[in-house]
Amino acid sequence: MSTQEETIEQLATREYKYGFETILESDTFPPGLNEDVVRAISAKKDEPAWMLEFRLRSFRTWQKMAEPTWHNLHIEPIDYYGISYYSAPKAKPQLASLDELDPEVRRTFEKLGIPIEEQKMLANVAVDAVFDSVSVATTFRAKLGEMGVIFCSFSEAVKDHPDLVKQYLGSVVPYTDNYFATLNSAVFSDGSFVYIPKGVKCPMELSTYFRINAKNTGQFERTLIIADEGSQVSYLEGCTAPMRDEHQLHAAVVELVALDRATIKYSTIQNWYPGDKEGKGGIYNFVTKRGRAMTDSKITWTQVETGSAITWKYPSCILQGDNSVGEFYSVATTNNRQQADTGTKMIHLGKNTRSTIVSKGISAGFGQNTYRGAVKIGKNAHGARNYSQCDSLLIGDKCGAHTFPYLQIKNSTAMVEHEASTSKIGEDQIFYCRQRGIATEDAVNMIVSGFCKEVFRELPMEFAVEAQKLLSISLEGSVG
Amino acid sequence: MPQVAERHETYAADFEAFRETPAFGPEWLGTARSSAFARFIAGGFPTTRDEEWKFTNVAAIAATPFRRIGAAEGFSRADLEPFLFTDASRLLAVVINGRFSARLSSLDSLPAGVTISGMAEAMTDQPPLEGPSLKSAHPFVLLNTAFCEGGVFVHIEPKAVVTEPIHVLFISAPGADPGLVAPRLFVVAGEQSQSSIVENYAGVGDAPVLTTAVTEFLLGPGAMMDHVKVQRETAEAFHMASTFVHLHRASTFTSQAITFGGRIARNDITATLAGDGAECTLNGLYVADGETLVDTHTTIDHAMPHCPSHEVYKGILAGRAKAVFNGKIIVRPDAQKTDAKQTNKALLLSDEASINTKPQLEIFADDVKCTHGAAIGQLDADQLFYLRARGIGLQDARNMLIHAFASDVLNGIKHDAVRERLEQVLVEKLHLPV
Repeated sequence: MSTQEETIEQLATREYKYGFETILESDTFPPGLNEDVVRAISAKKDEPAWMLEFRLRSFRTWQKMAEPTWHNLHIEPIDYYGISYYSAPKAKPQLASLDELDPEVRRTFEKLGIPIEEQKMLANVAVDAVFDSVSVATTFRAKLGEMGVIFCSFSEAVKDHPDLVKQYLGSVVPYTDNYFATLNSAVFSDGSFVYIPKGVKCPMELSTYFRINAKNTGQFERTLIIADEGSQVSYLEGCTAPMRDEHQLHAAVVELVALDRATIKYSTIQNWYPGDKEGKGGIYNFVTKRGRAMTDSKITWTQVETGSAITWKYPSCILQGDNSVGEFYSVATTNNRQQADTGTKMIHLGKNTRSTIVSKGISAGFGQNTYRGAVKIGKNAHGARNYSQCDSLLIGDKCGAHTFPYLQIKNSTAMVEHEASTSKIGEDQIFYCRQRGIATEDAVNMIVSGFCKEVFRELPMEFAVEAQKLLSISLEGSVG
Repeated sequence: MPQVAERHETYAADFEAFRETPAFGPEWLGTARSSAFARFIAGGFPTTRDEEWKFTNVAAIAATPFRRIGAAEGFSRADLEPFLFTDASRLLAVVINGRFSARLSSLDSLPAGVTISGMAEAMTDQPPLEGPSLKSAHPFVLLNTAFCEGGVFVHIEPKAVVTEPIHVLFISAPGADPGLVAPRLFVVAGEQSQSSIVENYAGVGDAPVLTTAVTEFLLGPGAMMDHVKVQRETAEAFHMASTFVHLHRASTFTSQAITFGGRIARNDITATLAGDGAECTLNGLYVADGETLVDTHTTIDHAMPHCPSHEVYKGILAGRAKAVFNGKIIVRPDAQKTDAKQTNKALLLSDEASINTKPQLEIFADDVKCTHGAAIGQLDADQLFYLRARGIGLQDARNMLIHAFASDVLNGIKHDAVRERLEQVLVEKLHLPV
């Protein structure tokens, strides 16, 4: 198909929409990693001794660990000792309003199309903007404070709510968990902390925008969300990053704790810089996300992964309490030389626990897309139920789609179903649309959105719109 | 992770002793054996750190000193009777402890176009009989290559149509001590030939036995092969089998593998669709109880375009049985218009039974249809209710449903005598009243 080649060509030459650079005076550490660096990060953030202890313990464990190789990814060796592990915008005044924000930072956000004010006004969203690892602005805090909701940067939480942090930090993702989580535990820069008190339904969607800015600096966020008994919260996370030449390392940890009858909905749009058409540059994204669900609680992960050169991410649920529910909805696209190895782990421990997995992978160009999932039904998980569906869509004949679902069942009353399919966009589907006067490109967009519908439906409204747009941009013209 | 305690000394001693016997074979074979044995020693037995052996712990094999054993003499035709299929065993090749026994085989009236001989003789023939197994790095294939002393070689001439199944019976009969058995089955089906083979593994005796079976099928263009594999060795048997199927253009391979276990029954099946329009069907049923572990690893490699493949594996697990299923489908960049379907279903009849399944797709071409599905559960409460509402007792209703579950695969067996006998074995195995 010549039109297909043409459109792939168009796609390949399309520039990263959000590529630009902010000259910002960074307070950046020289490259290198040792115990002194870990101590310096801790000192810089004025952390208490127990936090430093946690970091050092993690760092010592990390030094003994080996980088995992089981993933289906080709990664150029990462020089962990050649990265700067701390950078922060220099002045960090507490702001009462957005006008007080550093104009440079404001301009960056505006270029990105993230209108904080507009979001405040229109969407009733409290935005905790993490700009290069340190929170720059936290809004809506007063409003949330009235309800007892704590929504602040992780460093603030360490200072203001040490008991909560101490109790839950590392309780879902222990510092020994895996190479990248352990590294994060040692050097995490900042992140978000959320606590929803008993019986409170969080009045607004909580959202954070992460952004990598300073050159050669990995970002190591740490997010901890605790939903106390009977509470509800919906958390949104979205990322974009400017164009870069070197590979940038991103190793985040997200921990969710849903106590009895609590509900946590965690939605992500990931649009880090994917590298150019040769695969040069682009973010290496290694994320450990996990939630622990107690009795009658529910955790929902929704993710739309369109960016990053490497995506290594498995948002998981430990369904510990009886009747707890875990859900995972994912759309992952890989284009050009992007590689994604993503999926979920549902660990059923309690009785009558239920989980649903819907994963949609789209590969175009030379992209390699892997779904890797595990469903474990423990011995005592009577009446556990799982349904998994993973579908792959291939666009072009140079890309790949792979599925590695592990099902481990140790209880005879469990019902586990797994379905997977791989297909391409049907010529007859495109023909049908063209016949009705719809351009090929629009037809492809329609078909792709239809393919991903089940996942988009799970996203909060404003995110769903953004996700659709992102998807059509990232696949622009890949089929003719 | 348990570290496998290696016991290479006994194997090394046996290998050196074997080197001095005529069965070691001609030079090319000797070289292949030495290289395979060196690779086995270097790699050792797999551990659960190995992705392909993640859920199958072979520490028990590594800890048992399996020795090369002699051909068990004194077997009579009557001893084989329990393992034969009345109507389907007229063409019978018998292998005892990995060595072909002409005495017990009945190959006098071979149909036209069929040659059946002992593997030991076939291996000394020129040109060398080099199948895909010689390229394998599978530890038990290496062990087999090093120690294989025989088996059966089947050659079907081009355009020959053989209606009667060729029954190849492998008996593992260790003496008082743990024995190593290394049989081979090598089948060459000529262009446009049609034939069927029943590959049957059985065992007698109480001592542990390690059967490292290697089976190779080379199908010429347009050849059709119908394959049934039956595995029912003793409860002390370790059955580590590898099957390699190589399909040329427009050839068809259909297989039904029925596994009843042992201590560990591991089947690695690799089918390579190496020509346009080749078609492969791999179906299987495994039934396990007690402490049995049944592990099935299948790989269907779509290397060329326009190839359909179908795979249905079903498992029935009772007692403290464990099962592992890993079904891999690879679609290479050139293999456009591939249509691959895979289903794995397992029925857990007890709370102690467990299963680990991993259906795996690796797809590098875009114009393909690939689906896989896995379902694990117990007997459907609605179906049981339906039957009981019609006055059928709980036990009978359960049996009917189990039987129906298994029949999907059993019904694929074309030879009535084989199918009926296997249904009977299933009933006995699960203690279902007839």
